[in-house]
Amino acid sequence: MTAETADAILPAKRSSSVRVLKLAETVAIPVGAVVVSALLFSVFLLIIGKDPLQFWSLMWTGGFGSSFSIQNSLQRAAPLILTGLAFAIPARIGLTMIGGEGALVLGGFAAAAIAIPLVSNVVPPIVTLPLMAAAGMLAGGLWIGLVGWLRHYRGVNETISSLLLSYIAIAIMNFFVEGALRDPASANKPSTLPIGDTYRIGSIPGTDVHWGFAAGIVLAIALWVLMSRTTFGFAARMTGGNARAAKAQGLPVGWLMVICCIIAGACAGLAGFFEVAAIHGQANASLVAGYGFTGILVAFLARQNPLAVVPVAILFGAIAAAGGVIQRRMGLPDATVLVLQGMLFVVLLVSETFYGRFKFFQPASSGDRV
Amino acid sequence: MSFVNLSRRTLLKAGAASLAASALPFGIARAQTAVVLGIVYVGPKDDFGWNQAHAVSVETLKALPGITVVEEENVPETDAVAKSMESMINLDGANLILATSFGYYNPFVVDIAKKYPDVTFRHAAPLWNKDTDPANAGSYFPYLNQAHYVDGVAAGLSSPSGKIGFVAAKPIPSVLSNINSVLLGARSVNPNAVVQVIFTGEWSLPVREAEATNALVDAGCDVITCHVDSPKVVIQTAEGRGVKTAGHNASQAPLAPNGFITGAEYKWETIYKAYADAIAAGETPPNFLVGGYHNDMLRNTAYGAGATPEAIAAADAAIAELKAGTLKIYKGTLKDNAGNVVVDKEYDNYDPYLDGMNWLLEGVQGSIT
Repeated sequence: MTAETADAILPAKRSSSVRVLKLAETVAIPVGAVVVSALLFSVFLLIIGKDPLQFWSLMWTGGFGSSFSIQNSLQRAAPLILTGLAFAIPARIGLTMIGGEGALVLGGFAAAAIAIPLVSNVVPPIVTLPLMAAAGMLAGGLWIGLVGWLRHYRGVNETISSLLLSYIAIAIMNFFVEGALRDPASANKPSTLPIGDTYRIGSIPGTDVHWGFAAGIVLAIALWVLMSRTTFGFAARMTGGNARAAKAQGLPVGWLMVICCIIAGACAGLAGFFEVAAIHGQANASLVAGYGFTGILVAFLARQNPLAVVPVAILFGAIAAAGGVIQRRMGLPDATVLVLQGMLFVVLLVSETFYGRFKFFQPASSGDRV
Repeated sequence: MSFVNLSRRTLLKAGAASLAASALPFGIARAQTAVVLGIVYVGPKDDFGWNQAHAVSVETLKALPGITVVEEENVPETDAVAKSMESMINLDGANLILATSFGYYNPFVVDIAKKYPDVTFRHAAPLWNKDTDPANAGSYFPYLNQAHYVDGVAAGLSSPSGKIGFVAAKPIPSVLSNINSVLLGARSVNPNAVVQVIFTGEWSLPVREAEATNALVDAGCDVITCHVDSPKVVIQTAEGRGVKTAGHNASQAPLAPNGFITGAEYKWETIYKAYADAIAAGETPPNFLVGGYHNDMLRNTAYGAGATPEAIAAADAAIAELKAGTLKIYKGTLKDNAGNVVVDKEYDNYDPYLDGMNWLLEGVQGSIT
């Protein structure tokens, strides 16, 4: 059934077919961008004298080719889902908030810091871990909430303030980790007191993937519902579309921005909690691993859609997972996958201009009907 | 090419097949005694420093029969290293894993070693604890401060002013010992020598390393040495300022054709060769392996244009004594630069007391706080 007949016969279905076309467009353009960047990258490989077929087949082997590889990809995707959400949510309200790295670090640090008295008093993990998670989310949320507050009440550019606050967050962590909260046993790598194996949050049963991955998926769904199915989400998106118009409509623009920033910071802070509780068992400089910045790329590729953040994060996890095997088998430097990521990013930015340009995705003569 | 397509098809067919199955099609894991050595670096392999020192050493193993080397660079000290090691085991059939960065050990090497008891794991810092850590894990670490002592001897006789500048990363025991050893080496040939130190606070912070180098040269130092992950920036900046240099970790001689004296280098291949031989013979390599000049784990870079003939003679003599085990670096009564006595007897070069060093000797200008 074509779109025209559907529209003519069943007006109720017309909007759903428009919606299908729109969905097809939002899927096809990013997928097309991924394909184009893959082709461009193949040309790059040919220029440096490497075999693109071998590259892509290793990419498959390392990212998805076995149950080990799949789990490897998912585990690496876990923090990226959360930091991707940390960029995506403020983006929906029109803020370019790039401080996820700082919120992650501070969240991880807060979780490790609150664990010190709890662990030393042998508070059971069932109480300790939720408190650690809450501390991580609170620290991250307040930190990025500050960005939103500065933006609305003082007019400070949120991109710059969030980036600079990241460096401050890292410095705060280093200050405590190398000073007051340093575990005396960590002579050569200053760290907080380890929480110990009993307090480490385990893996999802039957896998090697830690619980941060599941938390990311739940949060992505919850935030998608919040942003697309609630009044709050509508108000936030309206503000993102035109803040002045939203204000004229009586929306509390400032609070919406602050709340979106708090949500974003809490996502990144939660990622920090999982880094501490599932992986490191303590806070130290290893928390500064760049997940916050990769999350920006993830959110961009997902077009700031919380649901799309999940598969995109898995794609980036797979690229990272396969990066190792590509280095080992093809003798390519580690920077190779960065080139791939960079190409992906640039092609994706270009592809943003193609929305609405393809006739195929436009409902027939939609202009006078919609 | 063909084996890649085959493997891909095999893997596709296998779907979520067992981990072991995925390792088979690549044919890297051959006979049981074949060594597949997987090595993980925290930075680039060509960093003129810590990582390059390891990479140069495994390069010498690649030519040997029965050894396959798989390498991965720029692996951060996060779960990424756990997954990289697992990937080497599952996809490449690695049976010897060398984790070369300090922060890899706990929890990553410990956890993965527990998970793969048949694979041998060795880590480049003296962290393995025989009571708590898995038996298939272990540590290796040469005491580089012996080679820094030699640097100090050569620098003391190559520096007209006797003022040596030291760009240091963090005030932790292994770094402090290198600084103090440079001072003691220099004072052994020039009692008036001093070392001025600047800490950058990070293992790799090129901008601050360049600033520190310039500041030290401005302060009158005419020999610059360092302990940072990649000494490239320090050595090049110092060479550009026309002062002499002493290296660290790997050979930086090509970076300073005019002023290079010598450098403290690790000789990791001694250790790696021993490990590979043990595994090939079906034996367990030693769990804890530390050493220095006396067991061929260190070397000093070939003397450059900056070394005077007297410096070369004195440094060669010091090396000979270190190899023979007759030279003890920390001995007599030594005060720290706050006036407290920190050494009141002759310590063996591997004495555990020195591992906890938290002082700079009198003669070192700088503070660890």
